[in-house]
Amino acid sequence: MSEEIVLQLEGLRVETIKGAVLVDNVDVTLKRGEILGLIGESGAGKSTIGLAAMAYARAGCTIAGGKITLNGTELRAQTARERRNFRGKSISYIAQSAAASFNPAMSLMDQFCEAPVKHGVMKREEAETYGRRLFATLQLPNPDTFGERYPHEVSGGQLQRAMAAMAMSCRPDVIVLDEPTTALDVTTQIEVLALLRDLIREFGTAGLYITHDLAVVAQIAHRIMVLRHGKMVEVGEAKQILEQPATPYATALVNERRDAEHGALIEPTKEAEPVLTISHVVAGYLAKAPPTVKEINLTIARGETYAVVGESGSGKSSLARVVTGLLPRWSGDVKLGGQTLTPALRQRSKDVLRRLQMVHQMPDVALNPRQTLGEIIGRPVSFFFGRGGAAVKDRVAELLTQVGLPADFAARRPGQLSGGQKQRVCIARALAAEPDLIICDEPTSALDPLVAEEVLRLLKRLQNELGLAYMFITHDLGTVRRIAHRTAVMLKGEIVAQGPTAQIFAPPFHPYTEKLISSVPEMDTTWLDQVLAKRVAA
Amino acid sequence: MTIFGHRPPLSAKIGILIVIAALAMAIFGPWLTPYTMSQSVGDGWAPPSGQNWLGTDQDGRDMLTRLLYGASMTIGIAAATTVLSFFIGVTSGFTAAVVGSWADVVLSRLVDVVLSIPQLILALIILGVFGSSIPVLILTMAILDSTRVFRLSRALGMNLAVLEFVEAARMRGEGLWWVISREVLPNAAAPLISEFGLRFCFNFLFIAALSFLGIGVQPPYADWGGMVRENAAAINFGMFPPLYPALAIATLTVGVNLVVDWLLSIDARPSGSQAEM
Amino acid sequence: MLRLISTRAALGVVTLFAVSVLIFICTQVLPGDVASAVLGQQATPDALRVFRIELGLDKPAYIRYFNWLFGVLHGDLGHALTNQRDILEELRPRFANTMFLAAYSALIAVPLAVGLGILSAIREGRLSDRLINVATLVAISVPEFLVGYILIMIFTINLGWFPSLATVFPGMSFAERLYVATLPALTLTMVVMAHMLRMTRNSVLSIMSTPYIEMAFLKGMSRARVVTFHALPNAAGPIISVVALNLAYLVVGVVVVENVFNYPGVGQFMVDAVSKRDVPVVQACGLAFAAVYVTLNTLADIAAILVNPRLRRRR
Repeated sequence: MSEEIVLQLEGLRVETIKGAVLVDNVDVTLKRGEILGLIGESGAGKSTIGLAAMAYARAGCTIAGGKITLNGTELRAQTARERRNFRGKSISYIAQSAAASFNPAMSLMDQFCEAPVKHGVMKREEAETYGRRLFATLQLPNPDTFGERYPHEVSGGQLQRAMAAMAMSCRPDVIVLDEPTTALDVTTQIEVLALLRDLIREFGTAGLYITHDLAVVAQIAHRIMVLRHGKMVEVGEAKQILEQPATPYATALVNERRDAEHGALIEPTKEAEPVLTISHVVAGYLAKAPPTVKEINLTIARGETYAVVGESGSGKSSLARVVTGLLPRWSGDVKLGGQTLTPALRQRSKDVLRRLQMVHQMPDVALNPRQTLGEIIGRPVSFFFGRGGAAVKDRVAELLTQVGLPADFAARRPGQLSGGQKQRVCIARALAAEPDLIICDEPTSALDPLVAEEVLRLLKRLQNELGLAYMFITHDLGTVRRIAHRTAVMLKGEIVAQGPTAQIFAPPFHPYTEKLISSVPEMDTTWLDQVLAKRVAA
Repeated sequence: MTIFGHRPPLSAKIGILIVIAALAMAIFGPWLTPYTMSQSVGDGWAPPSGQNWLGTDQDGRDMLTRLLYGASMTIGIAAATTVLSFFIGVTSGFTAAVVGSWADVVLSRLVDVVLSIPQLILALIILGVFGSSIPVLILTMAILDSTRVFRLSRALGMNLAVLEFVEAARMRGEGLWWVISREVLPNAAAPLISEFGLRFCFNFLFIAALSFLGIGVQPPYADWGGMVRENAAAINFGMFPPLYPALAIATLTVGVNLVVDWLLSIDARPSGSQAEM
Repeated sequence: MLRLISTRAALGVVTLFAVSVLIFICTQVLPGDVASAVLGQQATPDALRVFRIELGLDKPAYIRYFNWLFGVLHGDLGHALTNQRDILEELRPRFANTMFLAAYSALIAVPLAVGLGILSAIREGRLSDRLINVATLVAISVPEFLVGYILIMIFTINLGWFPSLATVFPGMSFAERLYVATLPALTLTMVVMAHMLRMTRNSVLSIMSTPYIEMAFLKGMSRARVVTFHALPNAAGPIISVVALNLAYLVVGVVVVENVFNYPGVGQFMVDAVSKRDVPVVQACGLAFAAVYVTLNTLADIAAILVNPRLRRRR
């Protein structure tokens, strides 16, 4: 890293055309070869800043003030044509979703060569040779012919690496990385992260690394800037932010993450009566295709949280749908409190439906936007218990208070609530049925970390007060650590390990569990190097 | 002025005015004129005068009076058709989407076949067999039109049925009617309202075209498409009579389209071609 | 990919078959009765019975259907009820006239509409886009006959350039036909173009909102290059569908426009038969229109498969 400044944003301000402020008075200084992590929750303005560094604002937004200086040139003072000459050449961009960001109608090599050829950096043949070299560096399969493929012909992790190659095609001075590993599974993420870091180091490129994950940014950034509501909260050396954050907000973020890594595990209750028993369950979506869940056995006890953890495609959500009856099982048995459930939802009695409730992943679509909270929470009360009028109203108020919302929210509609509040309403709706078991399908994965933590705490409190059992579907081991008494690890439709959480998280590991656990980034800045060293040794 | 919490732009205001004026003509038309529909008051194709503001038609009847009477006939048939078409299309579309399985397959294939023939051609075939009367016209057009409403409602219903709040209602054990009327329909209202406007325009132009072809509303009833047909010969003498009803048709359609355009634009977002670069 | 295309072609044949069943049901099976329709209310029961046997109406519906289909496949469309002429002989020249008129207007409308639609999309929100938007909105709102009459007012009455009656007779030269059919073709063009333009604009706009277009801009590509090399190859499929869909408006428009200009095509022939309730003629004309329509749609879908890179690469 040299002292030469390659990118400087001063007093950056971005607004929507209707005048709402997205980014307010943000200063960024980036030296050659330096990586600055931009950290914040959704709506913090991270991506907007990343795009503004390229003097670009999405439709409906406008860069309203400040200076953007790249290699000594103030971009906002340039004409549109001059600005264009910097983009893709001196500063390039890696987007979150590679699958959406590659043109489906062009081969990967054509897309790789476009910037270097059009910017006059290389001739087509040189660019192709260089592309093949980069593909090899990024460990893409058959690097010599990889570029002939079209985007839909390669996997998500490979596309993300191809996009990294494309961003490097002109050897830019600055690269903007917008959550480049967020869409990937945890075991793929670590590979891509390591490759990205090596690539950036090799070329001495400066970078803006945008992410919501402190542990990811810890591995790659020299300095970290914490953002909230479009404003800078704190900026400093990575080590300082991660170990001694100065502001309360940064401290809260760091502490939440630390708890997820190192919190004490919960012991399962002894000898509790079983609520849900799943035995030998096989199920799938298409009759001719192989089943999505195979030979599943597990028992959830009253008052316990049973986490089902796995990567996307592991069959964990399908298992939840089998229990709810949305996906009828092919064979095997599901018992709720000793009573066998019919495979299909439609044949189940009202009482069974009442005792089994669900909290969905996306609170935004789990609540009918046209109904008030009073209607949403009140409906199960009147539907299952036949209560009416004032009795329903009282119960709704009671439930709202129970999930930590003011009782007068009953008149509001979901559109007037934040994400965390919506998830509380979903929980209240489930509670209204007075269930024995609530299936939580990734209830916190759409929420920002601090909000997610509060929701987890609420779920725990309700469990203690009401003796509820949870079947908790998640991909996040940090969440498992904090809430689960018992855990099952799923891989390709099968449970590969199950038992008390403490046992799962301690050796001897099942090889897949070990890989999963070791792939979750930690806030330790040396974590990635340690893991890679261990893997090489093994 | 705000409507549904939004302030309409000038174009939408013009559209709203046109629609209100047309409705007023259709409802109060007969009371606004001293003449009756079939009363001959002068020579054929007399030019506009103090007595006959728009002149007379081929049989010497007052053009404006015929226009006022025609408004209720043409607008009435189009409105009745659209309402019926929506009743059939929305009910079957949402049922197909929510129930799925065989109901969906049967209805969808049937609609595919009907939609693989141009609507006008199928209407001509049916009218050729049954002959043209107002009930046959309305029923034919409504059934044909409902196929398009079915497609839209089914697509809307499909998108909504997989949303988790609908799933939550089904897991609660709610009946089909409750799911459709309380969970799906309220959330499909906005696109359905715009579609209602567009379908009305389509049916309105459709009945006008049929009448113009002589197989829609039959004389002596006045209707705008038929009036164009009756007066068509005047065009060869460079006279305006067929243009009045034709312009009336065009004006109302433009009006409804202006309103629909505004309704659609409320939710629209700017596309990537408007990014700042 | 070949399999996809052959599947789509087979689907086209199945659709045609289904359409013929539908037309047959509408004309023969529904409770309307051709015999009483032709002979009128006063016909004696005896006369009706004789006439029904003459038409073969005493046989079960499916047998009549296959007889009819067999005839159609062998070029026998039956005889008109009103004048007993052979329908195929009547239909053939008219069909040629209609296709001539439709092709004439399509050749003007399609390039103009697609070109202006793309232009309008990439200039979204600017003055030219808004002007086009208003103009097309008016054009889709105006009935075909009004467009026709306005054109007659201008080009026949005031300027005297074109005839208001598009009379076509055998032995006319190509140039003469072209000249005579100009006003009807222009009328059709105006109506179809507006729809096609608006839909082309919308499909290009939805492509312009995708992340890969943003990525192309972020790679520093010029607007012209992004539109031609990134947006259009992906918009080709949707645009082809748009064009195909608008052939429906063209077919519908033909019926009205032929009647405005007294152009001797299938549309005019069919409307005439409908007013006389000459069911066999209506049936034959309907089948002809439907066949053209289904064929065009099938071809368009196959073209859309051919331009889709995802499908083209599948072997």
